[in-house]
Amino acid sequence: MMLKKIKLNLLIIFLCLSVVSVPARASLTIDITLWLDNATPIAIVPFGWKGVGKAPMKMTDVISNDLSRSGRFAPMKENEMIEIPHEGRDVNFATWRNLNMKYVVIGKIQMQARNSYQVQFQLFDVEKGSQMAGHSFQAKENQLRRLSHHISDLIYEAITGERGAFDTYLAYITVSRNKKGQNRYRLAISDSDGYNEQILFESSMPIVRPVWSPDGQRLAYVSYASGRPQIYIQNVFTKNTQQLTNFKGSNLSPAWSPDGRHMAMSLSKDGNSELYIMDLNSRRLSRVTRSYGADLEPAWFPDGKSLVFTSDRGGRAQLYRIEVNERGATGRAQRITFDGVENLRPSVSPDGKRIALVHNAGGQYRIAILDLESEQLSLLTDGQLDESPGFAPNGSMLIYASQARGKGVLAAVATDGRASHKMRFTSGDVREPAWSPYKQD
Amino acid sequence: MNKWNKFLLVGLLASFGVACTSTSENQTDETQTQQDSQTDSRSGAQDQTTIQSDPFTDPSNPLSTTTIYFDFDRSEVKAADREVVMAHARYLADNADVKIVLEGHADERGTREYNIALGERRAKAVSQLMLLQGVSQSQIDIISFGEERPVALGHDESAWSVNRRVEILYPGR
Repeated sequence: MMLKKIKLNLLIIFLCLSVVSVPARASLTIDITLWLDNATPIAIVPFGWKGVGKAPMKMTDVISNDLSRSGRFAPMKENEMIEIPHEGRDVNFATWRNLNMKYVVIGKIQMQARNSYQVQFQLFDVEKGSQMAGHSFQAKENQLRRLSHHISDLIYEAITGERGAFDTYLAYITVSRNKKGQNRYRLAISDSDGYNEQILFESSMPIVRPVWSPDGQRLAYVSYASGRPQIYIQNVFTKNTQQLTNFKGSNLSPAWSPDGRHMAMSLSKDGNSELYIMDLNSRRLSRVTRSYGADLEPAWFPDGKSLVFTSDRGGRAQLYRIEVNERGATGRAQRITFDGVENLRPSVSPDGKRIALVHNAGGQYRIAILDLESEQLSLLTDGQLDESPGFAPNGSMLIYASQARGKGVLAAVATDGRASHKMRFTSGDVREPAWSPYKQD
Repeated sequence: MNKWNKFLLVGLLASFGVACTSTSENQTDETQTQQDSQTDSRSGAQDQTTIQSDPFTDPSNPLSTTTIYFDFDRSEVKAADREVVMAHARYLADNADVKIVLEGHADERGTREYNIALGERRAKAVSQLMLLQGVSQSQIDIISFGEERPVALGHDESAWSVNRRVEILYPGR
């Protein structure tokens, strides 16, 4: 199997944009590193405003930020826009062609009643001189930020043909330390750009491995609150929590089956860490592995018929694949990684064709992607201790945990290596990210 | 005797010892003190002046070592550490009502869950040695914190090496 490093183009322009912290709402601040060659130039013209007082928010800031983070777009700087149209008839394609823009987005926000806004936007193809998309919405003020992400998704899909993943959540763990040196762990969710953080659970004991249910309603995670690591499920909206395991030993690595009816997990109750599948209705447990090594970190393939997992049954940690049904294994485990010293923590892409993983070569732990068809492993990151990779629901971005200046940070990278950004938690470490599925409402 | 009284006594003896080299009067005092303590221990009375060492705090006793260290990604108890494990095992075998917790840990490299499993393997390795010495399973509780409870926060081998450990804890001591 060949190891290939993603080629980085030599002409690199670094832009470090710090998202302006909206008071009390952005606990994660974002630094974006852009690879600007190949990124599509797009002008996102500030929306027109009709109403009393100031506009409720600058939606185009959120939209520009979203499209930048994907790595595919290079939004134009506002102060370079020589025209600011708000109506389709005012869009002068020649102007935008001269500014080398491929696409233009214009829009309007109109106050209709107290706390009721009409938002319209239009997307134009500058080359063709025609409209590609246009939508109108009704929203309350506290819905405008989410609507901005939705508009980003619509623009992204109209141009790339691929569904956008901006109107999604991130789940993660933050850790802060008080003056006595005691840790405070928090399980939190936020918008995909780090805004609107909500704390779901707090503890003085460690929390690890949050994972989203396929319907995006619940998170499963491991918590030491009871004294030893056990698996819990919490509803993200009602905050209702249930304890799923109460076995002795270490109860780790919850993984929801694609149909949401089973949970794969790693339990050491019978000796060393082995994989089991639990029926979430009956709570019946079926054993999947029986090996001398530790079997951990299972991830399902989208058809629900096999798992990929980490095992050190061969000496050092590598990834294995095993076919399963709800009663357990239906075949033998096959090793699927052969490069480097260790390969761990698999995450399967939404289309089931790639696996993101943690790759150790020479003591450096980096995120890599294994293409299952070509069997090629491509390195995606360059940190010392990168871990916890997870795909966005459209498979185009990967979120992971990294270190920066001694602190834990989150980072996201386009899976084609084109752009990356880091998210820092303002008062401590942030770790263990999980990208939500598409929202269902 | 608690450790402060012991230090006080040692301190007093030391100062007598220093003074001893200069005057004969002090020599007599020291002899008198030593005879007193010998009398006390012969009579069997528990007395603040009796010198007794608590094996768990006596640096020359293997029971005073309660942390075992491991090599990277390994869970075998090193040969040099066996004496310590055996000492604790013998103590437990002789005191069947005493319970311990073996707390397993790992350094930050690798993934969090792999490190929880690794810490648990390390604790189990220590436990296995103890069980072979006649310690009862019910006396040992095992918990692993993986990389979540480092004693050193650095990102190099000097920190990693002290984080790869099993701690032998006696709750209630």
